[in-house]
Amino acid sequence: MKVLVPVKRVIDYNVKARVKADGSGVDLANVKMSMNPFDEIAVEEAIRLKEKGAVEEIIAVSIGVKQAQETLRTALAMGADRAILVVAADDVQTDIEPLAVAKILAKVVEEEQPGMVILGKQAIDNDMNATGQMLAALLGWGQATFASEVVVEGEAAKVTREVDGGLQTIEVKLPAIVTTDLRLNEPRYASLPNIMKAKKKPLEEKTADDYGVDVSPRLEVVKTTEPEARQAGEMVPDVDTLVAKLKEKGVV
Amino acid sequence: MAVLLLGEVNDGELSVDATAKAVSAAKSLGDVTVLCAGASAAAAGEAAAKIDGVAKVLVAEDPSLSHRLAEPTAALIVSLAGDYSHIVAPATTDAKNVMPRVAALLDVMVISDVSGVVDADTFERPIYAGNAIQTVKSKDEKKVITFRTSTFDAAGEGGSASVETVAMSDAPALSSWIEDKVAESDRPELTSAKIVVSGGRGVGSEEDFKVIEALADKLGAAVGASRAAVDSGFAPNDWQVGQTGKVVAPDLYIACGISGAIQHLAGMKDSKIIVAINKDEEAPIFQVADYGLVADLFDAVPALTEKL
Ligand SMILES: Cc1cc2nc3c(=O)[nH]c(=O)nc-3n(C[C@H](O)[C@H](O)[C@H](O)COP(=O)(O)OP(=O)(O)OC[C@H]3O[C@@H](n4cnc5c(N)ncnc54)[C@H](O)[C@@H]3O)c2cc1C
Ligand SMILES: Cc1cc2nc3c(=O)[nH]c(=O)nc-3n(C[C@H](O)[C@H](O)[C@H](O)COP(=O)(O)OP(=O)(O)OC[C@H]3O[C@@H](n4cnc5c(N)ncnc54)[C@H](O)[C@@H]3O)c2cc1C
Repeated sequence: MKVLVPVKRVIDYNVKARVKADGSGVDLANVKMSMNPFDEIAVEEAIRLKEKGAVEEIIAVSIGVKQAQETLRTALAMGADRAILVVAADDVQTDIEPLAVAKILAKVVEEEQPGMVILGKQAIDNDMNATGQMLAALLGWGQATFASEVVVEGEAAKVTREVDGGLQTIEVKLPAIVTTDLRLNEPRYASLPNIMKAKKKPLEEKTADDYGVDVSPRLEVVKTTEPEARQAGEMVPDVDTLVAKLKEKGVV
Repeated sequence: MAVLLLGEVNDGELSVDATAKAVSAAKSLGDVTVLCAGASAAAAGEAAAKIDGVAKVLVAEDPSLSHRLAEPTAALIVSLAGDYSHIVAPATTDAKNVMPRVAALLDVMVISDVSGVVDADTFERPIYAGNAIQTVKSKDEKKVITFRTSTFDAAGEGGSASVETVAMSDAPALSSWIEDKVAESDRPELTSAKIVVSGGRGVGSEEDFKVIEALADKLGAAVGASRAAVDSGFAPNDWQVGQTGKVVAPDLYIACGISGAIQHLAGMKDSKIIVAINKDEEAPIFQVADYGLVADLFDAVPALTEKL
């Protein structure tokens, strides 16, 4: 079967996001951008399924600005076979919501007919945690979110999920949506030869219009603000002082 | 305007704390109807009816609704959606699994992890691991929302809502439940505990986590962990606090051997009092701590356990 892996270009997780002075959003110009960490895990999982023989072809997809090409090249260097870039915005600050992303992905799925789509459980910029579930709804597929283990068994996948109470294991009929949690795997680094090879792998470029999807947002961003900063308190010299302070505050 | 609120039901039992926090978040949006769904949900419905501010309770019982599989639960909610302007839930992993599916079936955006209600269309939510707060105004006719429970106080008791049963709608069987691995614990739940004691990579091993647990038990606290501690196998996944784990805001949060990465801070920086114990005086956790102690946790934590 084919596997589709949507990968998103986001601010690198080591970079502290700064709110723009005019309150219109987070400054994304001239900051380091990388693949969303959950999507690296998704690409890695697809590669492992291919190495086990459960998957024949891995297609990486990104929706956004042209620069998302770099993100796709990273996926190709890790081991994806080909890539599709859907250009849906010119300005790196433009908002494309999970619903619109899911609608475009649904069209890509129609064309490519994958047996599974593996997404990250959330993108670390908007933290919406929505795209996979929305895509499952639009396709009428089953969903296995927050996966920490995926085993493909014939026409179904057995997926262990990280939930509030601990772990839940479900079986989902294929084709299905899987979203990755942190402990599914440790993504590999792309080797230099593979980075070179990735430059020659096919990368097809499309636009949102090609799929006839309206990407205009449903949520208008009224403003973006910095949260109230927490003030550092005091250093205490020893455990006795700490105990005294906590008793004074009445919390113990 | 009317609100349909998905109650948090596990194995037939209502999680009153999470549900009551969502009720207080949703109250200003209209009359609140709580939906309790499960293979058995009548007892949960009775419990929901007692939450102050609940106008009505709907109970849906069907074998397909057990274990909160997303597909049947979403189909049920969509079948009831017509009467409501807002469809909401506490932002638990169950609701985060179900609500975006509901939203897409209704062709509306989901608004996840809402931390403030401005008006019926306008909501605040943290983005970028809480480094920014975005105010968004929804243009959709129906709003589908999950509420970040740590920012709302639980509604009290004293309600006496009427309880009705509703029928399960048809849903294709796309997934099935195999097993749950739920950690049994006498400790309070992480997201509702008054005190949380957390350990990080500095704790060093699963065995040594007992030092953290002993302090927690002395204080009647819940135990938390950093991602590094969970990834290293020192602590189970459901203890993870942070951007991609649980968000907590207890009266007292004690961080032991945790450096204070932004992803961790995202899950605990709204705690009322933060104590940090770390042997590195440069650790960023001290920048958010009310009380910082530079010490080896293997000396300081047992001493604290003894003296409190
Ligand atoms: C170029 C660009 C710039 C943006 N700038 C801003 C900004 O400044 N401020 C702001 O608030 N929002 C911005 N956004 C919008 C925001 O990132 C969208 O809401 C986003 O597309 C959905 O991400 P999420 O975190 O809400 O989704 P989630 O539902 O949390 O994402 C889950 C998973 O869905 C997949 N996925 C999500 N989006 C894409 C995508 N575009 N392509 C491929 N796979 C995807 C990934 O596998 C991801 O792990 C921008 C979007 C783009 C494309
Ligand atoms: C996509 C993504 C999501 C993430 N989500 C989360 C999340 O939800 N939650 C989370 O916590 N992290 C998350 N992280 C990880 C985060 O970036 C950090 O790596 C993690 O929080 C570090 O954990 P730590 O503080 O325990 O470990 P470290 O950073 O290694 O810190 C260990 C600390 O222990 C101290 N120490 C060591 N020995 C002792 C001793 N004997 N006594 C006292 N102090 C000692 C050290 O001085 C050090 O400060 C995420 C990362 C990514 C990329």
